Amino acid sequence: MLLQGLQGLGRSVIGGVTKLGRANLFMLRVLAAVPGLLRTPGLVMAQIYSVGVLSLLIIVVSGLFVGMVLGLQGYNTLIGFGAEESLGVLVALSLVRELGPVVGALLFGGRAGSAMSAEIGLMKATQQLSGMEMMAVDPIRQVVAPRFVAGVISLPLLVAIFSAVGVYGGYMVGVGLLGVDAGSFWSQMQSKVLLQEDVLNGVIKSVVFGVVASWIAVFEGYEAAPTSEGVSRATTRTVVYTSLAVLGWDFILTGLMFKEA
Amino acid sequence: MVTTRRIEIAVGVFVALGLAALFVLAMKVSGLGRFGEPEGYELVAYFDNIGSLTTKAPVKISGVRIGRVAGITYDSQAYQAQVTMRIYPQYDNLPRDSIANVYTAGLLGEQYIALEPGASEEVLGDDDQIRHTQSAVVLEEIIGQFLVNATSK
Repeated sequence: MLLQGLQGLGRSVIGGVTKLGRANLFMLRVLAAVPGLLRTPGLVMAQIYSVGVLSLLIIVVSGLFVGMVLGLQGYNTLIGFGAEESLGVLVALSLVRELGPVVGALLFGGRAGSAMSAEIGLMKATQQLSGMEMMAVDPIRQVVAPRFVAGVISLPLLVAIFSAVGVYGGYMVGVGLLGVDAGSFWSQMQSKVLLQEDVLNGVIKSVVFGVVASWIAVFEGYEAAPTSEGVSRATTRTVVYTSLAVLGWDFILTGLMFKEA
Repeated sequence: MVTTRRIEIAVGVFVALGLAALFVLAMKVSGLGRFGEPEGYELVAYFDNIGSLTTKAPVKISGVRIGRVAGITYDSQAYQAQVTMRIYPQYDNLPRDSIANVYTAGLLGEQYIALEPGASEEVLGDDDQIRHTQSAVVLEEIIGQFLVNATSK
């Protein structure tokens, strides 16, 4: 009984480590295929369209509402200290440093990552990938790498849009609705938000999240069991793993980037 | 099926939007654009204690911002803090005997330098030194003095 329990534990650990190893080898193959994409930019373009452009609506709407809620909540807290002029700083720093990259990546995982997994998984289930191999077309180069690259390019752009729209959302609520002075909203924000420490680190975060989210999405899709149930499981795992990985990485990156702040 | 041309236009718009958002974050939010503000001139002042004054802190006269703190170093010869201020060029008629104080905005606010104009006919120019300074008020010292006064009675 005990031995069986131990065996089960061992099996799951070995399984987990093997999967991690497969994910890394898979990643190497994808990266090796990336330079070849320069000759066929159309493949990447089509994927940026379905991953980035079609995610614009949810990103813009979410960014707007997150910014507006930050404005409302921040105002209610800051007014207690008579510091409602700092609303701009609060909204901009929260968005640029944390909420933009993290919420952006979570939405991206739900909206685009799951779609990527499902698409690749279904291609595998319907044997399109093996068909390509039969015709001496490398499915990694033709199918997987363009999606990965598109995700890595799109997410930082989406996050930048999210943060910028969010700041304007906070501005609308704070200045338009609650009557914070517009001049001090912007000037305090500009004197407290630093280009390198805050904005650049936010961009670095979003690039890391882009790699993580796209990697998980394409790998889970490629690993999916070739059945309809396997595809649905792969999609679920993509969303779950992306969320966990993004939150975990966010903690690590924040610890590295904003030590003294 | 969306045609290639429309896809390319949409992707172009998307990338342009993303770059524009980055630009907004850099210029409008982090205030990069203000590096383009006129250079102005620099003044130097020595303080015994600057408290928690930081670079970029405002320099004010009568509550109006006329410049910012450009640099803070410790002068090991004078045993004093050397504060460099960059004053906007339109405020070029500060009397030579002006006084620089380190004040705190509100009870918990950030510290800034307040200049009090003197009465001299001569004005301060680039790299001139403000002779009369008053250090930051350190709360612990005031509390200490208060306690000494209170117990010595």
